[in-house]
Amino acid sequence: MAGIKLEAEEFARYARHISIPEFGVEGQQKLKAAKVLVVGTGGLGSPLLLYLTAAGVGTIGIVDFDVVDRSNLQRQVLYDERDIGKKKVRAAHERLKALNPLVHIIVHETMLTSENALEIIRDYDLVADGTDNFPTRYLVNDACVLLDKPNVYASIFRFEGQVSVFNYRNDEGILGPNYRDLFPEPPPPGLVPNCAEGGVLGVLPGIIGSLQASEVIKVITGVGDPLSGRLFLFDAASFTTRTLNLQRSKDNPLNGENPTQTELIDYQQFCGINNEQESQEVKEINVQELEEWKARGEDFQLIDVRESFEYEIANLDGELIPLGTILQEADRISRDKKVVIHCKAGGRSAKAVEQLQEHFQLENLYNLKGGILAYAKEVDSALATY
Amino acid sequence: MNIQVLAFGIAKDILGQQLLPLEVSENTSVLLLKELLVRDYPEFAKLAGFSIAVNNEYRQDDYLLSEADEIAIIPPVSGG
Repeated sequence: MAGIKLEAEEFARYARHISIPEFGVEGQQKLKAAKVLVVGTGGLGSPLLLYLTAAGVGTIGIVDFDVVDRSNLQRQVLYDERDIGKKKVRAAHERLKALNPLVHIIVHETMLTSENALEIIRDYDLVADGTDNFPTRYLVNDACVLLDKPNVYASIFRFEGQVSVFNYRNDEGILGPNYRDLFPEPPPPGLVPNCAEGGVLGVLPGIIGSLQASEVIKVITGVGDPLSGRLFLFDAASFTTRTLNLQRSKDNPLNGENPTQTELIDYQQFCGINNEQESQEVKEINVQELEEWKARGEDFQLIDVRESFEYEIANLDGELIPLGTILQEADRISRDKKVVIHCKAGGRSAKAVEQLQEHFQLENLYNLKGGILAYAKEVDSALATY
Repeated sequence: MNIQVLAFGIAKDILGQQLLPLEVSENTSVLLLKELLVRDYPEFAKLAGFSIAVNNEYRQDDYLLSEADEIAIIPPVSGG
């Protein structure tokens, strides 16, 4: 590690690293020389950024476009009450600077897209993927394969987490599998709930994101055996762990035997999102219109497609039919009057309308725009929000 | 022959349980197993991307199962 020198302050700060025999001064110098991009500053991004900053990774890039919301604080330990409403990358930058001023933080206040991903990732040695949606996961994976960068991957769902090191080239130059070898095709939109819809145990991203940080440090320093060619699964509920062996697939469209993809694609489209034609067919009413309907005595049915625990927190007196059962329970939907369908924020109810229209050709359905949250904000401030 | 099917993530919701003992004929491939799962649990049809590991090894569709194999269904997870 010629050229990278540690100052006296750094010897003091990183003394516990340097004392580990296989880590030593050289491991710390490698961390100082490294440039790591953390995509997403949420549940996984929080422990990742805190530990990578504390560990003394020389340059850390952070990508996010979101703002801190009160519902983030249950697990996103990078932020506190004072950060609500602030841009995540800005709040994160302040916190990380206070934690370790020796680390150079680069802020990318943007959504990672097919247009900017190669340009942003190109300058880094390694990417840690802590995003919260399938299009960005495929985008990060493909960009890393095209640029020949390792992608330290983790994702979470309720009590479960997955970790792996993708696209890792070992000392002999042999390349490991990537996300496309494990999951060649994305699931259809809406089937696999994200954390906002499906929920997540607050401490879970703390556990999984810390494992991810550990893999980042191992890949940079060369200490230990990175989790390449293996997928780690953890279920906090039953405390089961499992490590599966992965192989590269000859059918991988990026680097299999007959690669068909040589550049980034439209990942929204690839994941089946953005089907504007379909969503245009959903008729909508807003909460004021709903109030007008009520005031003039319009005869309509109100359906709530959230889960029963959400109904308990707050409801609009609608009939509860959770989205997952809507097609089986479709005979409860009125055919001879207007039907207003609502959920928390309008997403699930739009899916319910689409599904009912597709399977039963109903034309009397209206999605309540903004859901019960909009109702609480604009009509009834006494309603509990969550 | 008897095999054990272990589900993770959304697959656990679809099966309604984490562990499903299953009897299948000799020489059942991973592909056939996927088809059997889709037949018994139609929701799996939508999960185009679900992967199968046999005795902790990720396996492709043409792999043949053996008696007492432990199968893990690994669905994609996106949360962060």
